[in-house]
Amino acid sequence: MKVLLNSRQIEQILKKLSSRIVAGTPEDVEIAVIGIRSRGEILAQRLAAILAKKIKGDVPCGTLDITLYRDDINSPKNGVQPKVRPTEIGFSIDDKIIILVDDVLHTGRSARAAMDALIDLGRPNAIRLAVLVDRSGREFPIQADYAGYKTNTKPGKIVQVLLKESDGKEQVVVD
Amino acid sequence: MAHKTKEFKWEKKHLLGLRELSPDEISYILDTAAGFEQISARAVKKTPPLRGKLVVNLFFEDSTRTRNSFALAASRLSADVVEFTKNDSSVSKGETLLDTARNLEAMGIDIVVIRHGAGGAPKLLSKYINACVVNAGDGYCEHPTQGLLDVYTIRKLRGSLKGLKIAIVGDITHSRVARSDMWAMTKLGAKVTFVGPPTLLPPNVEQLPVKVSYSLDDVIEKVDVINMLRIQFERIGGNPFPSVREYSHYFGLTGERMKKAKPDILVMHPGPINRGLEIESEVADGRNSVILQQVSNGIAVRMAVLFLVNQAAAQQVKQIKET
Repeated sequence: MKVLLNSRQIEQILKKLSSRIVAGTPEDVEIAVIGIRSRGEILAQRLAAILAKKIKGDVPCGTLDITLYRDDINSPKNGVQPKVRPTEIGFSIDDKIIILVDDVLHTGRSARAAMDALIDLGRPNAIRLAVLVDRSGREFPIQADYAGYKTNTKPGKIVQVLLKESDGKEQVVVD
Repeated sequence: MAHKTKEFKWEKKHLLGLRELSPDEISYILDTAAGFEQISARAVKKTPPLRGKLVVNLFFEDSTRTRNSFALAASRLSADVVEFTKNDSSVSKGETLLDTARNLEAMGIDIVVIRHGAGGAPKLLSKYINACVVNAGDGYCEHPTQGLLDVYTIRKLRGSLKGLKIAIVGDITHSRVARSDMWAMTKLGAKVTFVGPPTLLPPNVEQLPVKVSYSLDDVIEKVDVINMLRIQFERIGGNPFPSVREYSHYFGLTGERMKKAKPDILVMHPGPINRGLEIESEVADGRNSVILQQVSNGIAVRMAVLFLVNQAAAQQVKQIKET
């Protein structure tokens, strides 16, 4: 097991990402942050809090459950059955710039599913993808707009993001 | 991703009854249903997981609510739905259940939702066809999705069923709802009392995990939830009670009787209501009534059931391919 990022580096990356998001977003368009369950949800909440401070305004934050939109829903890998949980987005996504947040971008399949799920909820002004770790190995033509740490981890290895809210500690590791 | 605890896995490709389910399995269906509930409130009321799957509503008995609820649930999961009811099909021409099912299977169905007057018909069907079978009511045995939507509704409003006192009132003998409710509620930790005249309580009632009372007045002030069953005139033979008025007097949920109930009692009814008979209009439409929430929750619960049986079937196909 190798540690890619520690808690201080994770915090710095989130700050850097939020600066770039603010710089890249026109002031007259409302911004909202939506995290993909489950690590993306936590990162989205942190990012929304940083963004709200930066723009001195409200940044709505929600959670997207993409289970029903997964392309492997009827042939889940390693026999793991995905559990359907509620999507919790308490605001309209219409006409907003949606910052879609996930922990790791790898194949691009989760991001594809998330975009389909979002479009069923409304018509945002734009969807931008922000990830803590951008790992090579894309299977779909999808790239992150805001990528934190980039890595070329070999196929077969697992990049795992551990966060204190869900895992009790804060680091990114390769297994 | 590593999980700290071993994840529960749903493995049943049929839903035949709640008697055979574990408390964990029932809770898993309810948790899954919670994930489906908001879909019905969206502008786009559709999600893709059953895309390209074919669901058949095979109804040998009349039903409007359950049949439509299943059809809506299936279409909100993007499945196609074929309706096959007794009046407009070869069922009325004397075809047997198994012949009908085999013919449907030859059309490539994935899930059969069946309602049948004979108890055990869904189980029989499940032995002869490859498709998933979901029981939508069989004889006086079970109506599992009604039981599930009832406990879902209670759990949503009360957080848990543990320790709740629940009365199920009326024609217990002819009620598959009472039986499915009883299994689901007791498995989740509630205490159930069947209430009705002796003529409408089943002969083997002492073998069931319930208390029995012949007096609604004795029970009404103690319960957290009351489920008023419909008097099913079409099923009742003989004279179980002297008159409708007398039944209503002793076992109807009236505004007067509600004054003795806990202020936050939940009033349920599986529908359709005989207004003024088992329940007065002012109670059915009153602030304690959750009857319409039961209907909405029914769609989410049926979506969860269709989704889960299909997942279990997909898993089994995958395992067969791999071995």
